Amino acid sequence: MNPLISRRMFLKSGIAAAAGAAATAVPGTQALAANDDRGYLATLIDIRKCIGCEACVEACREANAPKFPAPVKPFPKMYPSRVKVSDWSEKRDVSNRLTPYNWLFIQHATVKVNGEDTEITLPRRCMHCVNPPCVKLCPWGSAMQMENGLSRIDPDICLGGSKCKNVCPWDIPQRQTGVGLYLKLLPALAGNGVMYKCDRCYDRIARGERPACIDACPEDVQTIGPRQDIIARAHAVAKEIGGYVYGEIENGGTNTIYVSPVPFEDLNRAIAKGDGFPHLNPVQDAMADANNFAAAMVMAPVAGIAAAAVRFLKTRSKAEPPGSRREG
Amino acid sequence: MSGEKTSAAVRWRSVKVLYLLTLFFMALTGFGQMPIYNRYYMSDIPGLGWLADFYITRNIHYIGAVILLGLVFYVAFDFILSKRRQAQLSASGWVRAALLTAVIFSGALIVVKNLPYVHFSDGFVIALDLFHLAGVMAFLAANCVCLIAQKKWTAAA
Repeated sequence: MNPLISRRMFLKSGIAAAAGAAATAVPGTQALAANDDRGYLATLIDIRKCIGCEACVEACREANAPKFPAPVKPFPKMYPSRVKVSDWSEKRDVSNRLTPYNWLFIQHATVKVNGEDTEITLPRRCMHCVNPPCVKLCPWGSAMQMENGLSRIDPDICLGGSKCKNVCPWDIPQRQTGVGLYLKLLPALAGNGVMYKCDRCYDRIARGERPACIDACPEDVQTIGPRQDIIARAHAVAKEIGGYVYGEIENGGTNTIYVSPVPFEDLNRAIAKGDGFPHLNPVQDAMADANNFAAAMVMAPVAGIAAAAVRFLKTRSKAEPPGSRREG
Repeated sequence: MSGEKTSAAVRWRSVKVLYLLTLFFMALTGFGQMPIYNRYYMSDIPGLGWLADFYITRNIHYIGAVILLGLVFYVAFDFILSKRRQAQLSASGWVRAALLTAVIFSGALIVVKNLPYVHFSDGFVIALDLFHLAGVMAFLAANCVCLIAQKKWTAAA
């Protein structure tokens, strides 16, 4: 056997085997769903109770008004021409979809319940994923996840590149041009404002208060608590009503758990979808591949060292004259 | 004897080609973690549409990291075990090795940060991202200088 081919094959197959073994070692979605007792806060949204009064929407807008963008106009000219201005500052009153000035809205769906057309309403906002792609893949660290599992975007650091929206399975973050750090860097060539989304009223939670939308709801649609408790409660409600759960395993698990009396496929078919109108589709864990490749990275140095050691031993055994080795 | 030399040369050429290809794709996909390829039409070039898909570029970057780690450890241990008596790292080799180590180390921390339930402080994450980017740019610049000045990684011991 040609020793060159043998060693190369060893190196190649070692790395491939390490990658392959690691790729099957950590099942992303299941692993996350099984390990949820890490002190993360989650919200249960019991859709049955929502009457669509929008008290939560108003409370959200009021509580977070100081965080809303105050863009500088005229906007700097941006290049190339495909970079479009995203300006919601003249449409601040829009409350029927997600915008930089509206982080929570009520979604409407008309579905059949017991054979009758029934209108169902549900509050929609950021799902606050357990392993949020918007946070993990932000190239500048401007999106962050807090110790309690809630994610938010720092408006002082965000450049508005919209990658967070691009990688979000629900396209949640919304951009406002003419505000933020990019104005002080190269506004013509890089960045385009700041991305905005629900931050779960992190400042209120830090003060020991509940998020504004939860406090304002007259029907107690939302409940906040430790994720394990919330999931247990969601399943208890679902069992009681013969209902359905959404958000527990979506994208590897989120901190927003919906319970519905009708299947989410039916709701998803009935709601408006598109930019600013998040869907209710099943969602695979967007970070699962990264977790699996990370395991392969642990194996790769072992494979490299093993290949070098094999080569060294083979070279040495060749260098030793025949019969020089002591026979046992 | 000459057959052994030839096979060693072929082996090292293979390692070098794999290393350069890995570096190329890691740099390409690494810069692609910033939203620039779509903005600046590069992903409009036929065959390069995947550059605008952050999940594809992330996966290629991660696969590149697996290959690079295997290669770096293979070459480093091969050097330590077999070649340290015949050659030693040159000054430019030390600079490049230090920069590559910094890039790998910061990249490894970013991979750890991306795992579920891992929290680094906000300031540390920002510093890490900038350090990784600056380290890569310095490493690429050092390699360009060495290529132009024909500096090698090793010198005779």
